[in-house]
Amino acid sequence: MSDPHSLILARQLTKRFGDLTAVDGIDFEVAKGEAFGFLGPNGAGKTSTMRMIGGVSPVTSGLLTIFGLDPARHGPTIRARLGVVPQADTLDLELTVRENLMIYSRYFDLSWREGARRADELLEFVQLKERSRDKVDELSGGMKRRLTIARALINSPELLLLDEPTTGLDPQARHLVWDRLYRLKQRGVTLVLTTHYMDEAEQLCDRLVVLDKARIAAEGSPRELIDRYSTREVLELRFPIDEQPSLDGKLNDIAERIEVLPDRVLLYTSDGDEAIAAVRKRGLQPETALVRRSTLEDVFLRLTGRSLVD
Amino acid sequence: MSVLTRRTAPVRVPTRSFHMVERNVMAYRHNWIVILSGFFEPVLYLLGIGFGLGSLVPAVSTGGGHTVSYAMFVAPALMATSAMNGAVYESTSNFFYKLRYAKTFEAVIQTPVGVEDAAMGEVIWAVIRGCLYSIGFVMIMQALGLIASPWGGVLSVLAALLIGFAFAALGTAITTFMRQWQDHEIVTLGLQPLFLFSATFFPITVYPPILQAFVAVTPLYRSIHLIRGLTTGQIDVGLLVDVLYLVLLGLVGVAVASVRLRRRLLK
Ligand SMILES: Nc1ncnc2c1ncn2[C@@H]1O[C@H](COP(=O)(O)OP(=O)(O)OP(=O)(O)O)[C@@H](O)[C@H]1O
Ligand SMILES: [Mg+2]
Repeated sequence: MSDPHSLILARQLTKRFGDLTAVDGIDFEVAKGEAFGFLGPNGAGKTSTMRMIGGVSPVTSGLLTIFGLDPARHGPTIRARLGVVPQADTLDLELTVRENLMIYSRYFDLSWREGARRADELLEFVQLKERSRDKVDELSGGMKRRLTIARALINSPELLLLDEPTTGLDPQARHLVWDRLYRLKQRGVTLVLTTHYMDEAEQLCDRLVVLDKARIAAEGSPRELIDRYSTREVLELRFPIDEQPSLDGKLNDIAERIEVLPDRVLLYTSDGDEAIAAVRKRGLQPETALVRRSTLEDVFLRLTGRSLVD
Repeated sequence: MSVLTRRTAPVRVPTRSFHMVERNVMAYRHNWIVILSGFFEPVLYLLGIGFGLGSLVPAVSTGGGHTVSYAMFVAPALMATSAMNGAVYESTSNFFYKLRYAKTFEAVIQTPVGVEDAAMGEVIWAVIRGCLYSIGFVMIMQALGLIASPWGGVLSVLAALLIGFAFAALGTAITTFMRQWQDHEIVTLGLQPLFLFSATFFPITVYPPILQAFVAVTPLYRSIHLIRGLTTGQIDVGLLVDVLYLVLLGLVGVAVASVRLRRRLLK
């Protein structure tokens, strides 16, 4: 019925909290070695899905297997092979940076010695070696995130679940994380991640799904999604704030599709320069006009009616 | 297909509880003073009341024609209390902090360590703390000549372990129902009458029969009865009832705590 190589298999996967359906019968498969992403606006069901995969949230209905196993019955076996970076940090506040890694290695039944070896190696990997004796409280948000990522790697997982791994990181730290994740992927680790950053999704994901209101709105590689759901180019226009509302209808027919955002107007077209000329011809004077290629952000906007980063 | 029908995880035997204990030892290395503080209260009572007040009290009858000095009467009760205190402090305040604020278990259950391991590990840790107090206390008793035989001392430490287990399990279970720090006042409110009226400072025969029957089914009374029997050397089948009572209380507590934790953590 399915590819035996798929590491994760979900069929009609559903999660309900009382009356609220957080995940509504979604289907997806993740193959070994793949980097798979979930995009979606706040509340779309990304974290709920990740928690079910992580084996800490019982499935309401449908089928879910990880490594071919049922998380309800083989929880410890599955979790032994998983690395998890949850959306909210769950570091142990009563312990130091290094102790956090040490005790986590014990939770995975590693020896103290092996735990110490991996802890030091991972502190190096996420560039936190100088902070190893500090209490977790004393770290900055971005450092905590890096420590959480290091912690997720302590058991050398085959599958890494990352729920918004780089939210709150400065650009430099984000690039560090991307680089580390890329290296893990090279080593054959399967990545499943959620993100609100389209550049992150484009950089890291081989394939992704867009979740919207608990369902899958689209699925494919970043390139495929852009080709399917957006035009080749996008013209971004900014008008003086008070003029934008009065544009109503004046831009019609210039582009295949028009998105009016609070601060700018997006015209989807195969030829941006032609579109600018057409706008000017109608006597409109945008403050700025920018032609760019379509990105995942445009796909997202089209599918969910919302910007990627709220 | 079986995976489609089976929805809830089977309850597992908590084989990885020990890692939870290791975690707590690690955390306490940073503030071991907290552990010390709980030890002194019963010791002070022993000196102040057992000997101070005890000098005014003649011998106490413990039934069956036996009498013991007042200090010998009070000391085992305080030992049982110290086992209770250690276990209860740990399984209420500290466990509550970890559960509600530090989110310690959210990280733990993401590993092969399961909810049952976490619950049992917390109980074991609280038992260890209670037991440390009892060992310290029994050494003081031995030094002051308040134990009838060395065997009584050894057995009473084992009994303290059981007492710690029962109260740790009870405390852990109760804590899963708490919502805010103020709820701990209720625990304090419960512990004080237990401490004062469980035949700690006077024999149960002081009460009218109906009250005696009531006191006899409370956990600290059973604990004190057990230890007192062992340290004064009055061994009889009544002690088996105490043991059974404490084992049962502990098992029920662990079961309730596991179920409650599961519901709370696995959403
Ligand atoms: N423990 C819970 N109890 C009740 N409702 C919940 C619980 N967890 C999530 N939900 C609800 O499920 C829905 C999906 O939430 P989820 O956290 O999966 O979204 P998300 O896609 O991760 O969003 P975000 O981008 O904000 O992280 C939301 O409506 C949320 O309120
Ligand atoms: Mg989320």
